[in-house]
Amino acid sequence: MNTAENIAENIEDTNMHKIIPFPSPLRIHEDKTLRNNSPVGYRIFKDKLFKCLVIILSILSFLPLLLVLFHITKNGISVINWGFLTELPLPIGEKGGGVFNSIIGSLILIILSSIISIPLGISAGIYLAEKNKGRIANIINLCIVVLQGTPSIVIGIITYIWVVAPLGGFSALSGGIALSIMMLPVIIKSTEETLKLIPYHLKEASLALGVPYYKTILKVILPTGLSGILTGILLSVARITGETAPLLFTAFGNQFLNYNILKPIDSLPYRIFYYAMSPYPEWHTFAWGASFILVMIVLSFNLIARGISAKWKVQF
Amino acid sequence: MTKTDKSERRFTNIIFISGLSIIVLLLAIFSTLLIASIPSIKTFGIGFFISKHWDPSLEKFGALPFLYGTLITSIIALFISIPFSISISIFLGEFFREGFISNFLRSSTEVLAGIPSVIYGLWGLFLLMPITRFIQTSLGTTPYGVGIFTASLILAIMIIPFSASIGREVISLIPADLKEAAYSLGATRFEVIKNIIIPYARSGIIAGILLAFGRAIGETMAVTMLIGNSNFLPKSIFSPANTMASVIANEFAESTGITASSLIYIGLVLFLVTMFVNIAGTYIIKKISLEASKEVT
Amino acid sequence: MESPILSVENFSAFFGENQILRDISINTSPNKVTALMGPSGCGKTTLIRCINRMHELIPGARVSGKIYLKKQDIYMMEPIVLRRKIGMVFQKPNPFPMMSIYDNVIAGYKLNGIKLKKDESDSIVERSLRNAALWNEVKDSLHRKGTFLSGGQQQRLCIARALAMNPEILLLDEPTSALDPKSTAHIEELIVELKQNVTMLLVTHNIAQAARVSDFTAFIYLGELIEFGPTEKMFTVPKDKRTEEYLTGKFG
Repeated sequence: MNTAENIAENIEDTNMHKIIPFPSPLRIHEDKTLRNNSPVGYRIFKDKLFKCLVIILSILSFLPLLLVLFHITKNGISVINWGFLTELPLPIGEKGGGVFNSIIGSLILIILSSIISIPLGISAGIYLAEKNKGRIANIINLCIVVLQGTPSIVIGIITYIWVVAPLGGFSALSGGIALSIMMLPVIIKSTEETLKLIPYHLKEASLALGVPYYKTILKVILPTGLSGILTGILLSVARITGETAPLLFTAFGNQFLNYNILKPIDSLPYRIFYYAMSPYPEWHTFAWGASFILVMIVLSFNLIARGISAKWKVQF
Repeated sequence: MTKTDKSERRFTNIIFISGLSIIVLLLAIFSTLLIASIPSIKTFGIGFFISKHWDPSLEKFGALPFLYGTLITSIIALFISIPFSISISIFLGEFFREGFISNFLRSSTEVLAGIPSVIYGLWGLFLLMPITRFIQTSLGTTPYGVGIFTASLILAIMIIPFSASIGREVISLIPADLKEAAYSLGATRFEVIKNIIIPYARSGIIAGILLAFGRAIGETMAVTMLIGNSNFLPKSIFSPANTMASVIANEFAESTGITASSLIYIGLVLFLVTMFVNIAGTYIIKKISLEASKEVT
Repeated sequence: MESPILSVENFSAFFGENQILRDISINTSPNKVTALMGPSGCGKTTLIRCINRMHELIPGARVSGKIYLKKQDIYMMEPIVLRRKIGMVFQKPNPFPMMSIYDNVIAGYKLNGIKLKKDESDSIVERSLRNAALWNEVKDSLHRKGTFLSGGQQQRLCIARALAMNPEILLLDEPTSALDPKSTAHIEELIVELKQNVTMLLVTHNIAQAARVSDFTAFIYLGELIEFGPTEKMFTVPKDKRTEEYLTGKFG
C-alpha cells in the first residue's frame, strides 16, 4: 500500500513534476478498504424516493388551489342567473335579488383608479427607463419595492386619513384613490421593463431623423412597447379588482345602486366579505355566486394580459 | 426658445415630477402614519408592545396580542408552506424545467396566486373551519373552528404560489456548469440538489422566505375572516386571536380618538416591518441575479 | 495495438429531430491522449458527453450504437457508477464556489456519500493537487474558498477534482478555451504528464493544441468521423482532402 510516507518521498524533488500513482490498480469504487456507506443501489433508491416526494408534495400543494376553484364553481354557478346579475340586493327573507350594484361599483372603482394611476404610472415608468442609472431613479426603485410590499390595509388607513376624513364620509372616490396607490407600482415596473427592452438603435434612428426627444418617446418608443404596458395595466387591474382591505374604510359598501363618486359605493369583494360574515345561509350562497363572478373577472383579466403579451410581443 | 424646446422641457419636467411623486407618496404615507399615531405613542410609548390589554372602553391599549398573533400565524404558515414551496421550486426549477407540464403548472400557479384574498377567506370559512372543528372536537377542546390554526392554514395555502415562484427563479439562476460538474463526478440528482443546489441557493431561499413572511404578516382579508377576532392573548394554537392587520380591519371603521390613533400606530409598525423585510429580500435577490448575469458574460 | 480501453462502435446521437453524430467508431489506447478535433458545432463535445452519459441530462437526447469501457457496455451501467470511472473537465473552470479548495478536491467522494478518514482525505487531496501541479500554489490556503484563484489555477483545481476519483478515463472538453496563453501552456504540459496515469480524450478546436499534446487524433466534421489515426501521421499525410483543408486553415 502506498501511504503518506511514500507520497512524501515522491515529492522530494520539486523541480520535476512527477505524477504520483494511486494506491492500487484497483479503482476506488472497487476498493473494499474504503467504507462506502452508500452503496450504489441505496443511492439510486434515495434519488428515486426524493423525486417521488417532490412530485407528491408539488401535487399536494396544488390540491387546495384547485379545490378553491372547484368549490367556487360548484357553489357559485348554481346561484348565477339573469336576476343575480341585474337586480339589487333584497333584505334578508325575501327571495331573489342580485349583486348588480356591486358589479357596477367594482367597475366604477376600476375606472376611477385607472384614471388616476395609469397616466402617472406610465409617466414615472418612462422616467425610470430613461434615467435608470441616476441616484433619484435608485431611490424611486426602492420606494416602489416598499410600496408594492405595503399591506393593503395600511393603504386603507392612509386613504381614510387623506380623503375620507376631510370629505366627511366614505366615498367611491376614496376607494378609487386607495386602489390607484396599489396599481401604481405594477404599472410603473411593467412600463419601465418594457421600455428598457426596446433597443437603443430604434431611438437613435428616430433622433437621427431630427425628431425631437419627447416626440421620439411618445410616438416611437411608447407605441412599440404598448403591448407590454397594456399587459402591466391589465395585471394591475386584476390585482385590485379583488382587493377588499383598502375598501373597508374608503368605498365602504352600499346596498343600493350608486353612481355618485362622493357617496359610498359597493364592490364585489366587499359584498362577498359582507355576505360571508353574515349569519344567513341565503347570503352565504350569494357570497359564492359573487365569488364566482369575481374569479371569472380576475382570471379573464389575467388571461387577456397573458394573451396580449404572448401575441403582440414585438420581436427585436 | 423655440416651440420644440418648450415642449421638450415640459415633457422632461412631467416625467421627472411623476417619478418624484412616488418618493413624495411614500414619504407622505410614512409621515401621515407617524403623525396620526403620535397621540398613542405619547400615551403608551414602548409599553404599547409589552402590554397585553386592549380595551377600547377603558382606553387602555397594548398591542402584544396582535404582535403575537401576527408572528405566530405567519411562522406556522411559513413552516407548513416551506416543504411544499421548496418542492414546487425543485419540481419546476430542476426536474421539469421545460415542456408542457412545466409551462402549465407555472402559469396555473401564477393565475391561482391572483385569486383574491377574500375568496380564500370564504373558502376557508366553509371548508377549513369544519376540519378544524373536527380536530378540536376530537382533541376535546372548544370547537371554535376559527382561530390561529385555521388562519395559519389559509395563509400557508396563499403564500405557497408566491414563495414557489421566487424559489423557482432562484434555483434556475444556478449556473448549469456547476450542476454538470457534480453530475460528472457521479452524483445522483438528489445529491446534486442537496449538496450543490441548496447550498448555492441558500441566500436566495432565505430571501424568498423573508418575502413570503412579508406577504404573510400583511395579509388581511382571509385572516380577518378566519382568526376569530379576539383581543386576548391567545392560549393555544386553536384559540381565536387577531393579527395586526385583522384588528385594524375589524375595528378601524368605528374607531375615533385614541383608539384610532392606536390602530394607526399598529399600522405604522406593520408598514415599517414589511418595508424592512421587502427591502432586505429584494436586495438579496437582486444581488444574486446580478452575480448570475456576470457569470454568463 | 493494445486492446482499447474505450471503444465507440457505430455511434450516432440525436437531439429531437436533429442528428448530431453519424456512425462514429473510435478505439482509444490506454495511457494515450486522443484528440477530437473539428470546427465548432461539429459534434465533438456531444461525443464526449455521450461517453459519460451527460447527454442524458438534456431532454430529447437519443443515441444509437455502442460504447464499451474495458469491454463493458456503458449503456448497461448505472450512470452514477460510470461517471465515477470517467472524469470530466469542462470548457469553463467550474470549481464549486461554496466549497473550500480542499473540499472541492474531494467533492466527488462527498457527493457520492463516501466517508473518508482524515488522513485518507488528506492524502487524496495532496496527491490530486500535486498531480494537477497545483499543490505548491495552494497548500497554504487549502481551507479557503477557491474563488480567489486565477482561471488557470481554477481549471487545474477542476482537473485535481476529477483526478481525485482516480478515473480510468479523463474527458477534457476544450479545457483551455477560456484561459490565457500562459495557463494554456501549463495545462497542456500537465496533460502530457498525466498520460502515465490516465487515458485522456481531449476535445479541441485548436489544431496546434491537438498537434502538441495528442497521440491520436480524430477529425470530426458535420457529425461524421472523417479521419482517425496517429496524430503525427494525420498532420503530415492526411488521407482525406477535408482533413487537409481543415489543417491548412481552408475552413473551420
